[in-house]
Amino acid sequence: MTTPTTPRLLAGAVEVGMTLPPLEHAVSATTVVLGALASRDWRPMHHDKDFAVQRNGMKDIFINTPNNAAWFERYISDWTGPHGRLGRLSFQMKTPVFPGDTMRFSGVVTAVSSDDSGCCWVEIDLAIHVGDALKTPGKARVAVPAEAGDNPWSRRGDRWQP
Amino acid sequence: MSTPLLPELPEAVRALIGVPMYEERSEFAIELGYVFNTCAAVQNGNPLYWQPEVAAELTGGPIAPPTMMSVWFRPHHWTPGASGERKAMQLHFDLKEQLGLPEAVVVKHESVFGEPVRPGDVLTTCQILQSIGEPKQTKVGRGRFWTIDVRASNQHGDWVGTESYSFLGYKRPQQ
Repeated sequence: MTTPTTPRLLAGAVEVGMTLPPLEHAVSATTVVLGALASRDWRPMHHDKDFAVQRNGMKDIFINTPNNAAWFERYISDWTGPHGRLGRLSFQMKTPVFPGDTMRFSGVVTAVSSDDSGCCWVEIDLAIHVGDALKTPGKARVAVPAEAGDNPWSRRGDRWQP
Repeated sequence: MSTPLLPELPEAVRALIGVPMYEERSEFAIELGYVFNTCAAVQNGNPLYWQPEVAAELTGGPIAPPTMMSVWFRPHHWTPGASGERKAMQLHFDLKEQLGLPEAVVVKHESVFGEPVRPGDVLTTCQILQSIGEPKQTKVGRGRFWTIDVRASNQHGDWVGTESYSFLGYKRPQQ
């Protein structure tokens, strides 16, 4: 029986070239404002359309950086399950994501490795597309269990090398 | 003395590169309500954040999603006795002011995560200007790119993580 504390994904099941399950989300003004306020980002371009248009030259309010990070984190942990521990995340917001856009998340495994402490790492190339447009490319390095008894969250100090 | 790579950069700005600034402690209690708000905003159903028994087994109790690191350093929009708008990452706003670039957007963001953040933690952070580019014409206006690292540690001195933000500060053509 699988429970929430049974590892969903072990390193041995991951191969270079493997793709993460796709995720789509239709963005509304509420999506943008929820994300901005949850990340305590009070800047007006994330909740005030007039400001975003007149001051920033954008067509609307747009998703803010920490919320973009939270979306990527959710996308990755949907795949790894709760044992997956994010070590590193980078992304480039090439063009903003606006209300009315449908974000389409994708990810492909580019490397699988084990460090000198025995921690298993998966490197992922990430992307958010809207239609055919690549809005946000990114990269992640996430630790996954080597075996059923392994727990990346227990690693500290020299045993955690993100 | 100016360098050939940064011919138009004011000396006062160049002197900031590599210098830790604005060391500060998180000013409000780190608590699970913020975690639920963040998870709800992105529909993150990870049981690590919703099921206490999972958190107890995997992380020895509740933790915050690693990508929330910057959340803990964003000040309240208003507090009693404060004057003017209160801003996170003051170094970034200092640069905008000193360089005369009224607009700015984040163009790249990288985070490296260390010890998990837990409810009740008190974090300390500092801001470091890592680099600043030459003037550049972009499609939104003329400006510069710069990168600021924000390093955070907890009350035990454990490294919690480092966030690196690359900005484009710019002036729109009509400004």
